[in-house]
Amino acid sequence: MIRLEVNGSNQVLDIDPGTPLLWALRDHIGLTGTKFGCGIAQCGNCTVHLDGEPVRSCITPVSEAIGRQVTTIEGLDSNAGKAVQAAWRELEVVQCGYCQSGQIMSAAALLERKPSPTDADIDAAMQGNLCRCATYVRIRAAIKAAANKSAQVAGRKMG
Amino acid sequence: MKNEWIANLSRRRFLAAGVASAAGLTLGIMPVSRAEMRKSGPGFAGSAPLADGSFQPNAFLRIGTDNQVTVISKHLEMGQGTYTGMATLVAEELDAAWEQVEVVGAPADAGRYKNLFWGEAQGTGGSTAIANSWQQMRKAGAAARQMLVEAAAEQWQLKADEIEVQAGVLSHSASGRSANFGELAEAAARRPVPEDVLLKDPDEFRLIGKRLPRKDSPEKTDGSARFTIDVKLLEMYTAVVAHPPRFGAKVRSFDDKAARKVKGVKQVLQIPSGVAVVADDFWSAKQGRDALQVEWDENEAFKQSSTEILDDYRELAKRPGTVARNQGDSGAAMAAAKKFIEAEYSVPFLAHAPMEPMDCVVRIDASGCEIWNGEQMNTGDQMAVAGLLGLQPQQVRINMLYAGGSFGRRANPKADYVLEAVHIAKMMPPGTPVKLIWSREDDMRGGYYRPLYLHKLKAGLDGENRPLAWQQRIVGQSILAGTPFESVMVKDGVDQTSVEGAANMPYALKNIHIDLHSPQLQVPVLWWRSVGSTHTAFAVECFLDELAVAAEKDPVAFRRELLVDHPRHLGVLNLAVEKAGWDEPLGRNRGRGVAVHESFNSYVAQVAEVTVRRGVIYVDRVVIAVDCGVPVNPDVIEAQMEGGMGYGLAATLASELTFREGRVLQSNFHDYQTLRIDQMPEVEVYIVPSTEPPTGVGEPATPVIAPAVANAVYAATGQRLRQLPLRPA
Repeated sequence: MIRLEVNGSNQVLDIDPGTPLLWALRDHIGLTGTKFGCGIAQCGNCTVHLDGEPVRSCITPVSEAIGRQVTTIEGLDSNAGKAVQAAWRELEVVQCGYCQSGQIMSAAALLERKPSPTDADIDAAMQGNLCRCATYVRIRAAIKAAANKSAQVAGRKMG
Repeated sequence: MKNEWIANLSRRRFLAAGVASAAGLTLGIMPVSRAEMRKSGPGFAGSAPLADGSFQPNAFLRIGTDNQVTVISKHLEMGQGTYTGMATLVAEELDAAWEQVEVVGAPADAGRYKNLFWGEAQGTGGSTAIANSWQQMRKAGAAARQMLVEAAAEQWQLKADEIEVQAGVLSHSASGRSANFGELAEAAARRPVPEDVLLKDPDEFRLIGKRLPRKDSPEKTDGSARFTIDVKLLEMYTAVVAHPPRFGAKVRSFDDKAARKVKGVKQVLQIPSGVAVVADDFWSAKQGRDALQVEWDENEAFKQSSTEILDDYRELAKRPGTVARNQGDSGAAMAAAKKFIEAEYSVPFLAHAPMEPMDCVVRIDASGCEIWNGEQMNTGDQMAVAGLLGLQPQQVRINMLYAGGSFGRRANPKADYVLEAVHIAKMMPPGTPVKLIWSREDDMRGGYYRPLYLHKLKAGLDGENRPLAWQQRIVGQSILAGTPFESVMVKDGVDQTSVEGAANMPYALKNIHIDLHSPQLQVPVLWWRSVGSTHTAFAVECFLDELAVAAEKDPVAFRRELLVDHPRHLGVLNLAVEKAGWDEPLGRNRGRGVAVHESFNSYVAQVAEVTVRRGVIYVDRVVIAVDCGVPVNPDVIEAQMEGGMGYGLAATLASELTFREGRVLQSNFHDYQTLRIDQMPEVEVYIVPSTEPPTGVGEPATPVIAPAVANAVYAATGQRLRQLPLRPA
């Protein structure tokens, strides 16, 4: 039996420990917001957070997630995460939308680590997330907008 | 008669189209409740009766007593913004509030939902969605508005023309009466459907032309949007298929002992396209497939390499092809020319590689077949499945879900992956839902590519450097050969999709000769975002640049002289070069290139600024001007220009699918390179104001970037690159 904590709730799964976390989430827990794109950590569509760090769930065995907090797009509720999602909507980033869960999870993790990322930071953090609709111009702009908004919120809290 | 129709509707009797009134306004009912649709996500076609009290004046919208307006989109949302576009057109004439409108996908039903540019077929492609729906969706909204107004007039004992409608509310200012759509829905449903309706003048538009938010943004940013891969049905199995390593190979034998031992594997089935492993879930099915031993019969398999194909095409190009355009006397003009240039351009096979790999859910039982799919070729797939199963087309019910990209791949006249899923479901017990999922490797190696193409060009100039003659020979597989489209779109032996963008090039040369060879190969090919223009724009716009250099003229000035009779080409060209600052000098290793091209009746010019350093092309900035008629949603247009250009830029800089002895070398995104965020240039988009009917924006930005970048590389380095992807020395 595999015991997982996903989006704050406990899950018990009777699956092979080598099953990729992606398929545990999608097929066994029913969280389908995390997407399958390549299966070899080349496209980032499957990005989730393990203890807040972005990982490619398609090559992460479910056993590696035991004892750690798994966060998927459905459970993203950090300030950075919310700011990213709001900026995504405000700037109308999505097209087909298939890769966007992964994009948002990577962007949220970036902002947790670097609240005011440079273009080089954005390139480094987002380079592993493919978008065939090429929404990259807006992804970059939305990350910057979310960073500004988070900074404003933080400033207000401090003031 | 019309009252009877409405009465029938309330009695829940299904009526097909046939109660049509105004041209283009198809009337009929879609028997499904919104609650049921919500429950099942977008695209759920269902078969339940209409919910009580709601008002469905035609096949394209429904107004609930809860004041919700549901627009039924006949077109697939695959990223291009069509759900938002369809809703905008309906809501405009309905005078609905944008917030009260939601969109669902239509079922497969050509009678009600045909693409008006495609005869009797429903489907999405060729950047036609807004263009063919422009009148139809507005009339649908206007008809409903009129029925609501008449209902209010009756209730309030007023004349219809005294009633105003704004943002979902009907009102009469003198009496102070008002009601929302929901309150009038039941009464409106009893009104006769109008014979014809008046549409707004453009200066009355409240929604068209505005940057309305996309309808699919919220659910695509919180993970709740449902794609085919997300469908979960009771007792559903997942199938993964072992395909042959070469096209044309067949299963000789297979050993499934190890595969069947994998936990979760339920069935191993031989189907025409390979061997399917059916399991409880994807990972078990994939493990099962990996454990499968298949021996393939490759006697009749494709065994050529890309280099051989290109050599064969060069040989073929030495002989005259089938004439696609012959104007003036290019032979005589060439003989009289003082200066000649000749060049060869080529492009490789390409996979579409949408982020969602091919997938399809099928359930077959005694009543027919139900399909869940990012459905781009509704009627084609419906007919193909009906044919395979011996059913009537209407027994094949298709739920059109969001597609995680397509770029043409999901619009396959051969219905490949859909039929594969049906073959598997057919062998399972009746009523068993099966979800077929292709891995990325299956997707990359499963065929239906943009074909490899070769262009041979020759041009002649007179003593004053004026262009006299243009000869172009095109060699490449016909996309339409062997499909139902062949009879319509292959004219006098010329597949129009092979020569579009070249045969109709706008430049004012007196003597033009363009011909075509369509060799047959076993490699399955298909349209790829912007179709023929993916290669013709590259060849024509680069060679025209070469001609400008030979004529010792600036590429922009040269184009302007040859486009005097094409104001829309000129319009976008002038706008793009002005915004780009065409004449401003750039630094060392940097260059600017331009291209202008019409596809699907939309006109796009792009100016690319590049830096070339140590054999690497960096595209720094791209300025895009587009003329697509009335801009329905400028934000969606800008997004399609950015993204369409980006999709083309991947093929300009990186993507290439190569055959070696019949095998595809690439398998996944590590060796089939696409565009990543650090390669995306700064993009500026400018829209030409227009009152012309709107044309599509999904594809026309894609073919323009390759020649713009190649011409910029020439400006930066003096190197003329004539093969995609571009590889500078």
